[in-house]
Amino acid sequence: MSTQTPTQTEESNETDAEAEVPSKGDERREEKRRRAAEERSRRQAEEAEKAAADEETVELKVFRYDPEVEGKQEPRFDTFHVPFTKGMTVLDALMYSRDTYDSSLTFRHSCRQAVCGSDAMFVNGGQKLACKTQISELEQPIRVEPLPHAEVRKDLVVDLEHFYDQMEAVEPYFQTNEYPDGELEEQRQTRENREKVKMSTRCIWCSACMSSCNIAAGDNEYLGPAAINKAYRFAMDEREGEDIKQKRLEIIEQEHGVWRCQTQFSCTEVCPKDIPLTEHIQELKREAVKNNLKFW
Amino acid sequence: MSQSYNRGLIEDFSRWREFQAGMWAWIFHKFTGWVLIGYLFTHIAVLSTAIPAADGATMMFQGSETDVFTGTIVSLEGLLLVRILEVGLLAVAVFHMLNGTRLLLVDLGVGLEAQDKSFYASLILTGAITVASVPTFIAGAF
Repeated sequence: MSTQTPTQTEESNETDAEAEVPSKGDERREEKRRRAAEERSRRQAEEAEKAAADEETVELKVFRYDPEVEGKQEPRFDTFHVPFTKGMTVLDALMYSRDTYDSSLTFRHSCRQAVCGSDAMFVNGGQKLACKTQISELEQPIRVEPLPHAEVRKDLVVDLEHFYDQMEAVEPYFQTNEYPDGELEEQRQTRENREKVKMSTRCIWCSACMSSCNIAAGDNEYLGPAAINKAYRFAMDEREGEDIKQKRLEIIEQEHGVWRCQTQFSCTEVCPKDIPLTEHIQELKREAVKNNLKFW
Repeated sequence: MSQSYNRGLIEDFSRWREFQAGMWAWIFHKFTGWVLIGYLFTHIAVLSTAIPAADGATMMFQGSETDVFTGTIVSLEGLLLVRILEVGLLAVAVFHMLNGTRLLLVDLGVGLEAQDKSFYASLILTGAITVASVPTFIAGAF
């Protein structure tokens, strides 16, 4: 994942050992770096020329920031011209840019087929899954930025620690104390119940909804759409039984639980898996009310 | 989620162009709500002139003596600005009502797939009602 050039650490180690005198290796590396930079700028210029001549290139404006390298600490946008191929996604274009122009361009990706949820980014002003976003559907130049409302670690990589904490907070795993009679008996779920939780099981933890949520941006304690959706997935699962459901409702009906949602529908709009998040949050609100209503 | 860097214009108000229907509905609902609260106070202030009027307090209005309440209302209605603001008040109140109904349906889990359409519908209906009200509010103002 890390595309940080290892030369930096090597360099500092060596300067510690044999003070000022630059070794042969240092010179060689310096030369290599210089040539690589030349090559890079040559290719970039070539590509820009091609872009001017040929319409089948895509212009990408990518957010760059690296707190560890002096000269990159000031956030900036780099422009990459990528030859367009049919079916190209934003992730494809980013990978091409990284492999061809600048190996220090950093972003998360893994499966490239919208399953792992690593590459949620802010593309042309919307939270998108880069591997699922067709370039042909976007206006150019394409602006690629890290997810808003999260701290940027480097380039397009943001700190998701808080998001994972919120997901953990709703205990996102199956729990029950109602077991079937036979020891080898399965815990069966009815088809209707499975259908009810179907959409909510599709979450890939990409954090796009959390980033789009206006409330979560201002309220650090708010569970956020993804976590509430996880809570929904288990609270609505009939196999968990009443006791566990009660426990789950107590988590989600806290002050910073479901009640912070103000139905802006941002999460539902950006979810790459089309989960009706707002609908699930609203249903949990009704469950919470029903749970606390007493007429005697 | 601290923001220790500056992304320029991305995190600021230029984001409004990327807003979706649900977000606009939320912003308009907040805005109209605050306007209605503000109106409520001026409304109470104007109505409270009825208290001295009930005790027989009078004021000079257009050369003749009228009671304070009637005088206040009539002189306010004589201002062009107030006439125009009344149209705005109606628009704000109608939108808040219609969108409030929409939010009620959202809370009941009815038609969440059509939440953007119901927002557009309430906007159009607000516009229509406001336009239709103009002759009534503005008549004789110019």
